[in-house]
This record gives sequence, structure tokens and C-alpha cells, in this order.
Amino acid sequence: METMTTPGAAEAADTLDVARIRADFPIFDRHGDKPLHYLDSAASAQRPIQVLAVMDEYYETTHANVHRGVYGLAERATAQYEDARVAIGRFVGAPDPTHEIIFTKNATESLNLVSNSFARGLLSPGDKVVLTKMEHHANLVPWLMVKEQLGIEIEYIDHNADGYLELDELDAKLDGAKLISLTLCSNVLGTLNPVKEIAERAHAAGVLVAADGAQYVPHIATDVQDLGIDLLAFTGHKMLGPTGIGVLWAKAELLERMPPFLGGGEMILDVRLDGYTPNELPHKFEAGTPPIAEAIGLAAAAKYLSALGMDRVRAHEIALTEYSFKRFEETFGHDMVVHGPKNPLDRGGVLSFAYRNVHPHDISQVLDQFGVCVRAGHHCAKPLMRTLGVAATARASLYIYNDESDVEGLIEAIVATKSFFG
Amino acid sequence: MQGLEDLYREIILDHYKNPRNSGQLDSPPAHRAEGYNPLCGDEVTVYVDSDGEKLVDIKMSGQGCSISRSSASLMTVAVKGRTLAEAREAIRTFKNMMSIHEAAMGSEAEEQAPADLRTLGELAALQGVVKFPVRIKCATLAWNTLSQVLDEIETGE
Repeated sequence: METMTTPGAAEAADTLDVARIRADFPIFDRHGDKPLHYLDSAASAQRPIQVLAVMDEYYETTHANVHRGVYGLAERATAQYEDARVAIGRFVGAPDPTHEIIFTKNATESLNLVSNSFARGLLSPGDKVVLTKMEHHANLVPWLMVKEQLGIEIEYIDHNADGYLELDELDAKLDGAKLISLTLCSNVLGTLNPVKEIAERAHAAGVLVAADGAQYVPHIATDVQDLGIDLLAFTGHKMLGPTGIGVLWAKAELLERMPPFLGGGEMILDVRLDGYTPNELPHKFEAGTPPIAEAIGLAAAAKYLSALGMDRVRAHEIALTEYSFKRFEETFGHDMVVHGPKNPLDRGGVLSFAYRNVHPHDISQVLDQFGVCVRAGHHCAKPLMRTLGVAATARASLYIYNDESDVEGLIEAIVATKSFFG
Repeated sequence: MQGLEDLYREIILDHYKNPRNSGQLDSPPAHRAEGYNPLCGDEVTVYVDSDGEKLVDIKMSGQGCSISRSSASLMTVAVKGRTLAEAREAIRTFKNMMSIHEAAMGSEAEEQAPADLRTLGELAALQGVVKFPVRIKCATLAWNTLSQVLDEIETGE
């Protein structure tokens, strides 16, 4: 098995060694002829060889179905899968990782697990759930579906023009609610929401707190106990892991109260023709054969990030966000607007921007000619787009393998849009 | 930027910056339909005044990228004053042009004869879009919406 060196972490320095990190990511050498300025990690990150290698190794030496066979191969596969669960739990500070980490397909499924389970056992018609107006569709549509099915009430927390939540009305909105579900980091505005403070106020009002960490866990050291939340959803492929795996963490005592979501094999202790007894945690929520290799790959991704140091990852993204703001201002002045908080400390490295009146589709088309990959569209946040007064934005997002040269590549390509769109 | 010049031809940029037949018609009496591209948020509304034989007047409004807006503008010019049958034919010819790529990729699109570009006039400027498959939906949005309006006219009268 591949020995893991400390990847890309310059010894005793607070900065990431981006050149060394990029050498771990085969795609930068093998994607094609153009340079690759990959600025779309908020949609999906790339994978280092350390993740790819453990997945290959698993398939080549260990694979069998988990929790079923009594033979050695199946026991080893089960052990690796369960080790991955513990590693992921530790990565987010879960107090009881063997019982509290549920593997799903992605963050969207994790949030659907929460909404469906709550609808089945913890919510009644007329109950109130609080969301924000900056939620991704994944933390919005599942609740609209519960509203449709059960007749719950949904209240929304507003945000101001700079992308900060309006918390003056928070206590009133929490009053009588059962749950508040909100994003730790907006995938459009980049806003880092003060979830710790919100969780304190929610708990004082007897309200449970679910957090969408899809844009947060990959970028910022996460400790569910410090945040004071009850549930956390995140996904593997945005944090250097494979696609097809997501995670739900929740407090064990809450998971015990939550009815299962998907039914099938693995999630039962006993099945009769007139009923079933659900399995113990965490298996109660993992129906069918789970994403085994993906869990092992995700654990390798978490190990890679931990070796870099999540504090260094965060410092790198703050510095690169600062650099981007400075260079955008110097080059474009008022022609370019970046949505969300102006202070890099209050935001993640998600830079949704408007440039003159050039449509985001046209921007990203021209950028593609320069090997610059950005997302253009509504970012699965249509209600938020409406509050911004736009149908779409272009979004550049930063990660560990990006540096100033990517920002310069982006700027050069944006300048080139002028040749078509004046 | 060789490839991009195929996409962003002068005619296209001109129709994008100076859209023809932009606006609304009172509806009723005009027939209207709305089209959305859920991928990118582009929206178009097409209004048609028809005497049952011809498209007496046509307007379009909405928002979108240069390809979706210019295609809508070029479309209004191409079908204004034409008969319903001629408008149907224009839609068919245009969509054939937009499906050349899909056919070449061996998709399920049925084998279609290449569009007769001479009948398309300025619309032929949009031919470059087929080299950029994700933009085909931008180019066809207004045409699909016009098709809905024609359905409404034909079933409603």
C-alpha cells in the first residue's frame, strides 16, 4: 500500500506548498492540452493519487460485501469500511463516530434523510421549520416536500445586501419551531453563517439545529461539538473524495428517535410478514450495500486534508480570496461585482461575480478557451438568485491546489470577453 | 480564440446587443408562451398575433445569454409575416441544423438530412452553436417556445 507522505505541507510554515499539492493531482498533467485553471471546486473538487490509490488497493485486494460474509475477505472489507466511518467521524469531531456517522449518496441524500425521517416521526401538521433564504435547493426542496406532504409551516431568515443573515428576528422565528436547518457556508454568497451563535439561541428555544456543511467541511476545521449543532450533512466529492458518498452526522440520542428513511437489507434486525424491527445505529439508516470503496476513499481524503492541516487550508483560502479581491479591484474597478461579504474572514473562497453586463454563460464560454473552469448558472439556489436580482452568476471557487496564477488566468480570460462583448 | 469566433459571429452579437421585435403584445388577443432553461435560468416569452393564417406580429421578451437572446431575435425576424405552415417549417429547419451534432455523435436523434442553409438566411449564423453542445439548448429555447404558441393558435382557433 502506498505510503502517505505529508502532502504539500511545507514544514513548520503556515502556508500550503501548492506546487507540491498539484503534483498529487494527476488531472493537472493529464486533462488535455490547455492549461487548467480549475476554479469549480465548489461544484466538485479533484482527487489526489492518495485517494485513488486506496480505492484501487481496496478493489484489488479486499473487496467483498460488508456486514454479511463470515469469511476473511468480508471481515477485512467490513473492518476497512467501519474504520472509514470512525475516521470521518473524527474529522468532524463526532463524540461517538461508530454510531453517529451515516454514509449516504451525497449531501442531498443526507438532507433528504433528515427531512423524511423528521416527517415520519418528529413533525406533525402545523409544526414550524426555519430555513434561510440562501439555502441550496438540497436544503430547501426536501422541506417544501414535507410541507406538501404534512402541512408544516416554513419560516425563512433573510439576509442583507452584503450577504449576512438578519438575526434580529431570529428569536421570533425560532419561537415554537421544531428545527432550524441552515447552511454553514453559502454556495453562492460564500457567507459563513454564525451557526454557533444561532445554535445557542435555537437550543435556548428548544429548537433542533441541522447544518448543511457541503461548502464548509472541505475548507474549514469542523467540530460538531464546538458548533453546538444536532445534525450535519456533507458530501465526499467536494473534499477530494469520490462521488457517490455523502455523510450525515447526528447526535446518537437524536438518531435513536428518528425513524429510518430507506428500507431494505442491512437496516433491519428482524423482518416478519407483518412488520420489521430496525437495526441499531448506524445501520438503521444504511439500507442496501453501502458505498464501501467510496467510504474508504473518503477517509483517505480526510487523512490528506488533516495532513495538510485544516487551519492551513483555511489560511490559504483567506489569502487567495484577499488576493482575488485586490486584483479584481485593480483590473476591473466597478465593472466587476463579487456577491456576498467583502471581508475574506467572513466568507469561504466562493466568488460569485458579475462582470459588466456579460451574461454568465458567455463569460464561462470565453473562459473555457483559456482553460479556466468556472460555474455559470443559478447554482441550485433560485430563490437566492431572485433576491440578488439576477437569473444567474458566474462563480469561481478556490481550493488547496489553486494559487495566484489561477486568479491571473481568470482575470486574463475575463478581459478577453471584451473582444466580443465590448 | 478560433473556435469562439464561430460561435460569436457578428450577426449574433448584433442581434444580442440590438434585439429585434423585443417587447410584449397584449395577450389576449395575442397568444403567448413562456420557455425556461432550468440549467441556466434563461427565460423567454414569445407573443404572436395571428389571423389564423399568418403570424401578423411577433414579439419576444425575457433574459438570457447572447446565444439565447440573439436566436430569439433572429427567429422573430425569420417568421414575422409568414404563414403558420411556413413558421413550422422554419422551426423544423432550424432544429435540424441544431441537431447535426447530436446525429454525428450517434445519439438517438433520428437520421436527418442536413438543413438547407440557403433557406435559413441570417439564421445560418447560429450554425456554429452545434460545435458547443451545451449551448444548443440556449439556441433552441425560443424556437421551442414558438412551437408552443403555434400549438395554442392551432388548437384554440
